[in-house]
Amino acid sequence: MRYLPKSPADREAMLKSIGLRSVDDLFAPIPAEYRLTRDLDIPRQMAESEIVDFFRQRSRENGDGYTSFLGAGAYSHYRPVIIESLISRGEFLTAYTPYQAEISQGTLQSIFEFQTMICELTGMEVANASMYDGSTAAAEAVMMAVRLTGRRSVVVARSLHPEYREVLATYATHQGMPLSTANFGDDGRVNLKELEKLITPETACVLIQSPNFFGTIEDAGAIAEIAHKHGAMLVVSIAEAVSLGIVEPPRQADVIAMEAQSFGVPLGFGGPYCGVIATREKYVRQMPGRLVGQTVDKQGKRGFVLTLATREQHIRREKATSNICTNQALVALMVNIFMTVYGKVGLRELAKQNLAKTTYAAGQFAKHGKVLFSATPRFNEFVVQTSEDPYAINGRLLGHKMVGGLPLKKFYPELGNAALWCCTELTTRTAIDTAVGLVAESERSVRSSKEEDVAEVTR
Amino acid sequence: MAYPTDRKYTKEHEWIQVNGTTGTIGITDHAQQSLGDIVFVETPKVGAELTAGKPFGTVESVKAVSDLFAPASGSVTEVNADLATSPENVNKDAHGSWMVKITLKNTSELDRLLSAADYEKFVAEEAGH
Amino acid sequence: MKHITRKATRHVNQNEGLIFEKSSAGKAAWKLPPLDVPEVDTAKLLGASERKDLGNMPEVSEIEIIRHFTRMSTWNYAIDLGMYPLGSCTMKYNPRVNEAVARVEGIANGHPYQPEKISQGALHIIKTLSEQLIEITGMDAITMQPAAGAHGEMTGLLMVRAYHQSKGNARKKILIPDSAHGTNPATAAMVNYAVENLKSDSRGMVDIAALEAQMNEDVAALMLTNPNTLGVFEQQIHKIADILHAKGGLLYMDGANMNALVGKVRPGDFGVDVMHLNLHKTFSTPHGGGGPGSGPVAVKKALEPFLPAPVVITHADGTLGFDYNRPQTVGRVRAFYGNFGMFVRALAYIQANGPDGLRQTTEDAVLNANYIRKGLEGTYDLPYSTPTMHEVVFSDKLQLKKGVRTMDIAKRLIDYGFHPYTTAFPLIVPGALMIEPTESESKEEMDLFVEAMKSIAEEVEEDPQTVLDAPHSTRVSRLDETAAARKPVLRWKPGN
Repeated sequence: MRYLPKSPADREAMLKSIGLRSVDDLFAPIPAEYRLTRDLDIPRQMAESEIVDFFRQRSRENGDGYTSFLGAGAYSHYRPVIIESLISRGEFLTAYTPYQAEISQGTLQSIFEFQTMICELTGMEVANASMYDGSTAAAEAVMMAVRLTGRRSVVVARSLHPEYREVLATYATHQGMPLSTANFGDDGRVNLKELEKLITPETACVLIQSPNFFGTIEDAGAIAEIAHKHGAMLVVSIAEAVSLGIVEPPRQADVIAMEAQSFGVPLGFGGPYCGVIATREKYVRQMPGRLVGQTVDKQGKRGFVLTLATREQHIRREKATSNICTNQALVALMVNIFMTVYGKVGLRELAKQNLAKTTYAAGQFAKHGKVLFSATPRFNEFVVQTSEDPYAINGRLLGHKMVGGLPLKKFYPELGNAALWCCTELTTRTAIDTAVGLVAESERSVRSSKEEDVAEVTR
Repeated sequence: MAYPTDRKYTKEHEWIQVNGTTGTIGITDHAQQSLGDIVFVETPKVGAELTAGKPFGTVESVKAVSDLFAPASGSVTEVNADLATSPENVNKDAHGSWMVKITLKNTSELDRLLSAADYEKFVAEEAGH
Repeated sequence: MKHITRKATRHVNQNEGLIFEKSSAGKAAWKLPPLDVPEVDTAKLLGASERKDLGNMPEVSEIEIIRHFTRMSTWNYAIDLGMYPLGSCTMKYNPRVNEAVARVEGIANGHPYQPEKISQGALHIIKTLSEQLIEITGMDAITMQPAAGAHGEMTGLLMVRAYHQSKGNARKKILIPDSAHGTNPATAAMVNYAVENLKSDSRGMVDIAALEAQMNEDVAALMLTNPNTLGVFEQQIHKIADILHAKGGLLYMDGANMNALVGKVRPGDFGVDVMHLNLHKTFSTPHGGGGPGSGPVAVKKALEPFLPAPVVITHADGTLGFDYNRPQTVGRVRAFYGNFGMFVRALAYIQANGPDGLRQTTEDAVLNANYIRKGLEGTYDLPYSTPTMHEVVFSDKLQLKKGVRTMDIAKRLIDYGFHPYTTAFPLIVPGALMIEPTESESKEEMDLFVEAMKSIAEEVEEDPQTVLDAPHSTRVSRLDETAAARKPVLRWKPGN
């Protein structure tokens, strides 16, 4: 019980001072029939060394040492070492929400800088201190548009991350928010004609992702124009934050819902990540989540406080903009440090490397399989269509300690044998060449066996 | 605090001043005092319909939100735009800082409201609790 | 300062501007490796989508970043510095082995979509933690997907709704005691249930007669925090559950205060149908300045079909995997599987404690709260004399006579080297001082706390202005929150 700072004598003395004889007296308020009279059925106390061993063993069973081409909303970028050094400081790690501003200026100022950098990168005017992740940020952004427009229905791009769409559906079900889905065209982007047909006078907003789930960059300007023409808002989800270094942000959007995991947050098997909502100043009172504002103290010294708290659950209760309370503060700090490290020039150079690797990889794959939507500008993901089932291809790649692209059959059966591949600055040319070689090999064997089949039939 | 006798009051601490069929609505000095520093006033848009006794907007201080209740029914003809940028005016002069003007639907609703003297008595009683 | 402050002294505290004020063109804290593929023409590839400028993003060197954040960190109070008795927040010690194991390569860097075959480690962690949380709560099944307590509440109520829907009537409202956390009513609204308040009785517990009167077939569930926000165990919990169940309603438990129960009593045994846990409270994952958290939701068998998809299952060959085929699921509440990094930390915490450690932890948490209650009774008004579990709620009634409120006392506590308690909550106690010491405080630290609180009470009598002007020892004095809200400045701009 190494975390408990009391000796048996301390406990005795404390009980005595309270006027109790035993610890059981403390639990007298709990009806006796419910009190647990046995040990919980969980393993005995483990030494620190045993705990470390346990998790090292789990680590070995968890893809340690594999080269991966997976993206799809979770990206592998290099994390500068100082992120861990700084977030491990107890003053950041073990502090609560900065409600007591006088002794929370560290957290508050860092959030203020975070909000500023998110605004700079997204082209928006205000940003909140974080949401759970990109999927819930998108759902909350849509609900914000519903409140702002007084309309209820939502048009969602099918090129939005499928799991984000599922989350939105969950949130929307009981809010009386009908959803309709706008398909993508042959260019891998939202089909604008179909989109416009889906928008009605009841449409609160159009929700798209850019770069979208396939990595292609949507024409946010054209979509904004269509939405605005019908009095609807445009909400844009950005799942790959590094794209902001080289891809123009959707400045025409009314709300941007981001996943900032790419900025220095470990993949961590899917979480914790860092959602953010950014929007126009005039919409700030309908924005959910915490906000930090600048002010002065009694001596006129600059300081920071949580502000516009009346939007939040602890004050407005059932009329709050959202029920969100705990957010992702420490993860937002990782994002903050990452943005500070790369800054104005580094982010662009980093994004450029991602683009270069992806362009090279897509070019190599195109020699052996079909790269879909290849005429449309993209960032760091692309869809490869093969003759063979991508699960089979990936099975072969696994043997070489490689994880191939994400098979899309589950989400987009109409694309057939397609997989979503991702390259970042960490993907080496050697890895790309090896993966392309393995895919090419399997494609050749599938084709030749098909030729044999054909030959047999003709014979 | 002497409450102006040229208007009527609600138990929710709004006042309404009537001129023909136009009603001008705000909150009382007592209300602004108990709210503290007002940071935001949310008013309905011109054309919105108010129903007597129902909420039509909110006033916010740093750590509290209070609904505004309509003293009478009617449609909004004008909104005090100054309050959007200077909500502190309500603290400075509550009885001079109107929030919305409405065209009254049914002037008989006003009979149910309190006079200045009755309102003052009501506030004193409330404080006694 | 008249009174000697044994815990705190002043020390060097450096100034530090905003990072943007340090920026100048040409400084850099990054270096990319040489490109091993051909350079690309970004204009040609991206056309009109190419971004040309990153605005006012900073340009600084590594040493400046280290100093920037390190200096700012010294302006924060933290559990690592001392007692953090925020009621309802369970600010306990965050063990460092949790942090170490969460950073082991395969755990920190697993991709959520990597094949199951090479995800067995992560799945094993999720499954083991799930089973242990089920044992701890006495429930039957669990989802780990929700990212925080409030997110868990939403998930729980979605399941409540789906359960009633499956019986043909989703019902209309949720009963919520007046002592509840603000998230409870906000959550009910998010799943389109009306909120009906339930008043507390003179002992601070659910008023059984009121519950009986308000309970009918329109009520989907009662959301109950137990122990409640007064730190009081609902002694009639069985009766509450019976009243609900008799009319087909469900009992939802907000597990925010689970630190008073672990190893001593299980919600599943006293009639709870669905509950959420806060891994960042009870199970020691760090609060990190506001998050991340994790809010698993545990349910009884009847609600299992409605759990969010996917759930972890064991395949026929003994390997673990995800089951997406859940026809009655309420759907997904977030992408991927939840805040996995927090699962790792919570599991490490349970492992370090074992059954005896968890029980001792709960006992110490309750002992500490009662010790503080004993120490401050008489000095501060105790509005409810009902026995205290893990937290104790006083009021500022005695100090208000001198014009001093709970927030003033809280601010003065900072000068004595402590983080304030929770102020002005629960709402049923005007001027509340809500104190939750957790098990992590030694007798010595609590003696210092009691001494500080008594000293402040004396100051209120002799020199209230000192308390009203507090804090006096922080780098900034009380900040103008009104100005911040009236003319919000929510980002830095050049020239500001």
